[in-house]
Amino acid sequence: MAKKLTELQAPGLSSKDNYQKKTLVLQRWKENILGYGFIFPAFLILGAFVFYPFFQSVYLSFFTTDPSGNIAEFAGFQNYIHLFTNSEFLSSLGITLLFTLYTVPASIILALLLAVLTYNKWKGMQIFQLIFSLPIAMTIGTSSLIWMLLYDPSTGLFNYLLHHLGLPSIQWLNDPSWALISVSIMSIWMSLGLNYIILLAGVRHVPEEIYESARVDGAGSLRILLQMTIPLMSPYLFFVFVTSVISSLQAFGQFNILTNGGPADSTNVFVYSLYQEAFVNFQYGLGSTRALILFVVIMLLTWLNFKFGERRVHYQ
Amino acid sequence: MTNGIGLKKVFINGLHYAFLLVMALLVVYPIYMAFSYTFMTPQEVNSPGPNFFPESFYLGNIQEVLQSTPILRFIFNSFLVAVLVMIGEIVTSALAAYGFTFLSFKGKNIIFALFLATLMVPSEVTVIPRYLMMQAFGWVDTYQGLIVPHIVTVFGIFLLRQSFKQLPRELLDAARMDGASHFRMFLSIVVPLSRPAIGALGAISFLGTYNHYLWPLLMTNSEEMRTVQIGITMLQNEEFLSWNIVLTGVAIVLLPSLTILIAGLKQLVAAMTGGGLKQ
Repeated sequence: MAKKLTELQAPGLSSKDNYQKKTLVLQRWKENILGYGFIFPAFLILGAFVFYPFFQSVYLSFFTTDPSGNIAEFAGFQNYIHLFTNSEFLSSLGITLLFTLYTVPASIILALLLAVLTYNKWKGMQIFQLIFSLPIAMTIGTSSLIWMLLYDPSTGLFNYLLHHLGLPSIQWLNDPSWALISVSIMSIWMSLGLNYIILLAGVRHVPEEIYESARVDGAGSLRILLQMTIPLMSPYLFFVFVTSVISSLQAFGQFNILTNGGPADSTNVFVYSLYQEAFVNFQYGLGSTRALILFVVIMLLTWLNFKFGERRVHYQ
Repeated sequence: MTNGIGLKKVFINGLHYAFLLVMALLVVYPIYMAFSYTFMTPQEVNSPGPNFFPESFYLGNIQEVLQSTPILRFIFNSFLVAVLVMIGEIVTSALAAYGFTFLSFKGKNIIFALFLATLMVPSEVTVIPRYLMMQAFGWVDTYQGLIVPHIVTVFGIFLLRQSFKQLPRELLDAARMDGASHFRMFLSIVVPLSRPAIGALGAISFLGTYNHYLWPLLMTNSEEMRTVQIGITMLQNEEFLSWNIVLTGVAIVLLPSLTILIAGLKQLVAAMTGGGLKQ
């Protein structure tokens, strides 16, 4: 705006025009400084706690460090080579992917099913809506404690139910073949609330007339769901999918509280191993290498999601 | 014939409700359990098999958890940290969003793109240098260490920028014509008109900080600095505490967030339906 005005006034400058031009230049300067002023607090904090640490992570990943975090020596790609030839690291990658595979589809399918079954205005639906949203109020600490008791081999609900069905009891969190599944079930429950709320909004986003005309045409419920509801709410499903994948790659708290990565490393997920490397073994260099690999994995998966997923998304 | 269809419909609706009821019981049971254990005596809890209903309205657990654990201190810490982070986040985000929306300055678009790029960096990726920095500052085990790194989020700036952009342009132009300064416009027009978005950001920020786990785990060493999420899980490690005490603590911690959810669910769903994801 200011620029245009000065250009308009450029030909045939009188002293008055010249004065006006000067004030405009001054105003532009003022606005520049004001603009920087407004964003300065955000810039400062982001610079100090996001940008700087990010580049510091890259830097640290090429070094070894002493326990107080000082650089010990340059390691080149040694940290990376070390990790990619380390079976513990490779298995933690695999376990994280398995955890994602166990939790993301199950949580989304369950949340979608519940959203489709409760979106209408039948009697009692508001209560169901409230109940299925409840897990959103749960935190990692409180959920983990409750589920620790549910999984308790002697006093827990699950073994009690198995016992009554005449089945042998399971060492849910202490058996290497069950621990990851147990933590996954708890994580599905925790993520259900948010996924349900978003997908409920998605189902409601589909205009009611579409259902009515489909029903008039004699389409069955399942056909309406698969051929109309799901395609029409695909932006919501895509959003839930992308955010669920990212957050399952970052899962840490439930593993730290429920299993400590065990038994026999069977629940040693990515961020748990990063935490161990950096804050238990004090290998900050190697820890940073793990952090950067996590960053690359998340970027890659997000990119793949957008590349292949968004094509199927139908925006109205 | 019509009767047959009617019966079939009743049957399907019955199944529909039955399925929802079973799912509701499964979803609600873990939360119900925390509250029912709160009112159970130690004998009831220690009897074999799980108990579904407390036999009496026993208040001893609440008394004991308040007396023998610093749970009120944990809750105070969490609230203090979450409220200060929320205020900080609202102030810095609103200022930055105003700058990005209403002011033109050199490099604006590049800086905004740079800000948005940080959305792709999960906090776990930068946690090690951030922790080392806190150590260097001497901020480990302090409130500022828990608060300051979180008082800006790009999500907040983005959310407020979207809402500022929808304010009526004529109103702002009129204020400019009257010679209002940018600070005046910010304080007396833009912020008051954006109260719903600022409220939403405040709620999201508060709950997010209340739920932080990894950062307070790293930043707090002493018991009196622990936040709820860390403190409550450390109760479980203390051998002398029984399950009913731990779950009573869980129930007390859950009470505020459950109340907020029940009171605000309608607005939450409305906010999600109203916008955001629509293209």
